[in-house]
Amino acid sequence: MGATMLTDKLRTLFQRNGGDQFGAPNVQGYRTQLPGSLSRHAQAPAAPVTRASRGVEQFFFSLRGTVGLTILDLAIPNQDNITHLTNMGHKLYTADLIGSLDEAFGHDPDEQTNAGRIEYFLRSSLDYPAATFDGVLLWDSLQFMGPALLTATIDRLYEVMRPDAYLLAFVTSNDKVTDVPAHSFRIIDNKNILITERGLRASGQVFNNRNIEKLFGNFQSVKFFLTRESLREIIVRR
Amino acid sequence: MSTTPFRSPEPDRNFIGKAVRVVGQIFTREDLYVDGDVEGTIESLDTRITIGTNGRVQASIKAREVVILGQIQGDVEATDKVDLRKDAKLVGNITTARISIEDGAVFKGSIDIRKSEPKAAAPATPGPVAPSAPSSAPPAAVAPPVGGLPPGAVRR
Repeated sequence: MGATMLTDKLRTLFQRNGGDQFGAPNVQGYRTQLPGSLSRHAQAPAAPVTRASRGVEQFFFSLRGTVGLTILDLAIPNQDNITHLTNMGHKLYTADLIGSLDEAFGHDPDEQTNAGRIEYFLRSSLDYPAATFDGVLLWDSLQFMGPALLTATIDRLYEVMRPDAYLLAFVTSNDKVTDVPAHSFRIIDNKNILITERGLRASGQVFNNRNIEKLFGNFQSVKFFLTRESLREIIVRR
Repeated sequence: MSTTPFRSPEPDRNFIGKAVRVVGQIFTREDLYVDGDVEGTIESLDTRITIGTNGRVQASIKAREVVILGQIQGDVEATDKVDLRKDAKLVGNITTARISIEDGAVFKGSIDIRKSEPKAAAPATPGPVAPSAPSSAPPAAVAPPVGGLPPGAVRR
């Protein structure tokens, strides 16, 4: 009851101010979104929200002044990402990693320990020659992978990335939940993204700073940014 | 992104119906609508190839414009535009000047944007065609004048 009242008060307050609850203006007329801890995921997915992303900013900063790079975008293919990356003069590879995940393992996380299925998943979604990519946009797909699959996927990504290439991933920073919201990500510009919630999925494992650093132990560097959607943006240098 | 509903092909256009299966090479000088199964290659000179909702194509495709409503497994090369409509599925690599992809389309592969060079003014007398086209383009393919935007222009 108390939480509901607080939520309503917050909504009223920020609607009155014409922006979101963090003081950022509404962009492109999208409805305001409550932060992850207050949103009602079980009832309806939150409306799309456009916001600045430090991870995206860092990723594109790493590509500055270059053309003709090879970028792998593992989001659901969408016009915004394709237009943005190809307009920068890069060659884009795209594959829906979550779709491949569902195809290989269904919705049962226990299947993600099956070595044969892991091999099938890697062949169907990440079968590229070694050192192909100058950048990888992984978005939030890691958080739906169990430990064995996660390690195999990161090892494969390490192989297909060139040295000094950057990888961008988002994982939940909420370690108390078993189901986490999946999102789709659209690039608006070099600093902003449009995030749309796509419902809840089973979390593969808990991500904290220590196991993220361990996961990317072979990479040169790992950097984190916390976001308002209880997401941790990770930028990793191969 | 196009949101206009796709119309069925006109009766006098080249058409491969959904009960038809073709294995081999298809070469056309007119627009082609494929609603059946094709295995091999499909190539056209400065025209549009449309893969209909029932189309199942395992072939490489070359054309001025490729519109996909069905399924393709193979590479697609368009001098002007590739248009992936909702429910389309493409596994293969795309080389094109422009691309449009609707939400709901499935695509796995690479996208290489190649803006074609603006064509120089036509010479007064016929002469050899300058070797500016990629080696994979049809030999000596001289496109007829096209209305609207000049070749290579990007329509937003």
